[in-house]
Amino acid sequence: MVGVVSYGAYIPIYRLSREAIGSMWVKEVGKGEKAVANADEDSLTMGVEAVLDCLNGADRRRVDALYFATASPPYVEKQSASIIRAAADLREDILTMDIGHSLRGAGCAMRAAMDAVRAGSAKQALVASAECRVPAPNSDFEANFGDGAAAFLIGDSDVAAVVEASYHVSSEFVDVWKKPEDTYMQTWEDRFIRDEGYLKILPQAVSALLKKQGMNPKEITKAAFYGPDARTHAAMARAMGLDAKTQVQSALFDSVGNTGTALAPMTLVSALEEAKAGDTLLYATYGDGADVFLLRVTEQIEKVRDRRGIKRHLASKLMLPSYGKYVELRDLMEWEQGRRPARRSSLPVIWREREHLFPLYGQKCRSCQNIQYPRQRVCIYCQAKDNFELVRLSDKQGKVFTFSMDQRAMEVVLPKVFTVVDLDGGGRFYSVMTDRDTSNIAVGMKVEMTFRRQLEGSGLHNYFWRVRPVRC
Amino acid sequence: MESLKDKVAIVGMGCTPFGEFWDKDPVDLIVDASYEAFEDAGVEPKDIQAAWVGYTSADTAMTGIILASALQLQFIPVTRVENACGTGAETIRGAALGLASKAYDLVLAVGWDKLKDAGFGGIGQAFPGKWHPVYGAAPEIGGAVARYALAATRYFSTYGLSPDEGKRLLAQISVKSHYNGARNPKAWLRRQITVEDVLNAPLIAWPLGLLDCCGVNDGASAAILCRTEDARSFRPDGDYITIKGVGIACGPGWGKERTNYSFTTWEETEAAARQVYDMAGIKNPRKELSMAEVHDCFSIAELIAAESLGICEKGRAKEDIQSGAWEQGGEIPINISGGLKSFGHPAGASGGREVYEFYKQFQGKAEDSSRQLKDVRLGLAHNQGGHPGNFVCGITVVGEP
Repeated sequence: MVGVVSYGAYIPIYRLSREAIGSMWVKEVGKGEKAVANADEDSLTMGVEAVLDCLNGADRRRVDALYFATASPPYVEKQSASIIRAAADLREDILTMDIGHSLRGAGCAMRAAMDAVRAGSAKQALVASAECRVPAPNSDFEANFGDGAAAFLIGDSDVAAVVEASYHVSSEFVDVWKKPEDTYMQTWEDRFIRDEGYLKILPQAVSALLKKQGMNPKEITKAAFYGPDARTHAAMARAMGLDAKTQVQSALFDSVGNTGTALAPMTLVSALEEAKAGDTLLYATYGDGADVFLLRVTEQIEKVRDRRGIKRHLASKLMLPSYGKYVELRDLMEWEQGRRPARRSSLPVIWREREHLFPLYGQKCRSCQNIQYPRQRVCIYCQAKDNFELVRLSDKQGKVFTFSMDQRAMEVVLPKVFTVVDLDGGGRFYSVMTDRDTSNIAVGMKVEMTFRRQLEGSGLHNYFWRVRPVRC
Repeated sequence: MESLKDKVAIVGMGCTPFGEFWDKDPVDLIVDASYEAFEDAGVEPKDIQAAWVGYTSADTAMTGIILASALQLQFIPVTRVENACGTGAETIRGAALGLASKAYDLVLAVGWDKLKDAGFGGIGQAFPGKWHPVYGAAPEIGGAVARYALAATRYFSTYGLSPDEGKRLLAQISVKSHYNGARNPKAWLRRQITVEDVLNAPLIAWPLGLLDCCGVNDGASAAILCRTEDARSFRPDGDYITIKGVGIACGPGWGKERTNYSFTTWEETEAAARQVYDMAGIKNPRKELSMAEVHDCFSIAELIAAESLGICEKGRAKEDIQSGAWEQGGEIPINISGGLKSFGHPAGASGGREVYEFYKQFQGKAEDSSRQLKDVRLGLAHNQGGHPGNFVCGITVVGEP
């Protein structure tokens, strides 16, 4: 019985109210707010967050594959999944794969993971999806798009939601597209896309699967599926014969926005958070066709409750004070030329430090037991040479020992909060604090690690761990 | 191990004004400071047998050749030294060792920096423990302030000062230094300021604001040294000083990463102070020192340095600051020159500039008589480079022969 063993999700802490967007452009853009990735986040880092939420308590060594679906990868050439694997400290001898080019990627990845488990090539496979698409300013997409991520662990034991059946359809239908040289997404007249695309392709695939299973739409407890916006989403539900009030899991358009590839997965996480054993869940992704899954929730669901998932992440937020701050986070303007030396990076340094940078391994001195970071040859406490064992620090929390707030650092979100943290279990970590409210930072504050884009230098995204106040 | 105490004398000194000299290049600065020293000692460049030159900016010069070419020294040994803000102390130490070994009889030590050609304020790069593209929160400009600010936050927390009380205490240090600097013709920022000015200044790296910070700029200082037994042949008036002790302490770094690092003590300063106090035979620096020029790149730097030098007990700086113990006329004047705060900090030049302040005070030649100290016998010049947890400290103690 293959199915979802665990689930996790991530919503960035920043939200932009649609009122702020509307007042920028002097127009009505609807209600609610959207989730906005911090300047040091992208689809890859959000993927790491969702994967770690999903793996909460799981044995990371048992994961045999990682599929990462996004339409907004940080690199066009260069895999994201391999960096996510390293940051999540999964084994090196596993299959990693990026699935892109369509918002449907998460469904395709789910199917591929199920097949791998069924075929025995993987005992457990992770399916992660994340989106951080940059919509054109003053477009309909701008008010609509949000950022977020979700992840599922697929396996055939301890299954919390068994995938009873799936149905896949491929379509050459074009709705939203973006060529490599395009800055922003393009689309056709919305009425055509809605009538021929959203209202037909996915509902027809759902009907086909239900028919194959000899089921009636009424038997579905909750449906988690892609829709481009709240109105079309509701219309799609009606086209599937679902009762919008009772059978449709909210896709969080008002609070998170359309998270593209991650939208249906995040909606499924929402559904799993509320699901009871025996529930039947419909899960469907859309784009260039559709992937539809029927899941039956088992008693095991009660054992995978302790997740930040959607609910806890949703409740933990910082409002962006203005549209201007959003412009800054998403780098939507050409800025004043910096007078400072350009930042740089070095691939050989990153390569030889990979064990310490990505899964954040520090070392514990076998002579004096002190944990230290970064890597040393001679212990900084007792001066013993080359006598260390590795200790993973990325899953540690700690307390702020001291901090400062630099107003003039080369950083998008100022002030840059330099932070010295005493880690629970030993060791001290010197880092930058992100996702913080500067009026609340204090010595002694509890913080945790988060994988971020530390800087752009030498043409590379340079990822590293920062700290943040314990999120939720 | 032998002490260097009183073996070496400084018989001539020079120091340029410090400032933003858009019309001067490194050669101008070196020539101005060195010729003041030559004339002061009554020697000529051709008399110099060896020289030490210190500067920190790799963008402006290379090797010891800059000194030889500026002064047209003819094929003598010139050693370039660089130990961040301890560079000036390092040039004097090198010169003293050269003389004590009797390899040379008359030597020159020059420290300079020309930092205002860079196109931005602040220092170029402040690296974390080792060069690394992502670790250490990314090396960058402004890092020095933010890193010292870590110590300010921790000092406040350790000694129970609210951020407001802490900032007010630090402000008094800047007020004192500006008062002194306003009277020093060679200082750069020659205006008095108030505590309110400091508190209302723009934040650079909380809790430090603009007036908690020194600027970087341009300047040079020079000293001519010989063995003490030869000093009277250069200065029959006896108006020379001798070196009582030189100390350099390179920290093992990684303080920010070490759980037993307090951020409220400069360990490297403590170590260098032990070296010089041992060498000079100083038991009670607060009582024995006539004055101390202390590295005050930031207000918090001076506060913790005074405690780490043993001038003041740990955690008791507040009482000294409030009682005026560090002011002119106080128990031990700190930065009577105006300090880095008033002079600015061309890193390589500051160490020598601090010794120059003692030299002039000792000779009774403070340029403005209102700032002339009385009964000047023993002085300390302190600098530390790097950032909390990762310093190199240089201290020079000089005094009456």
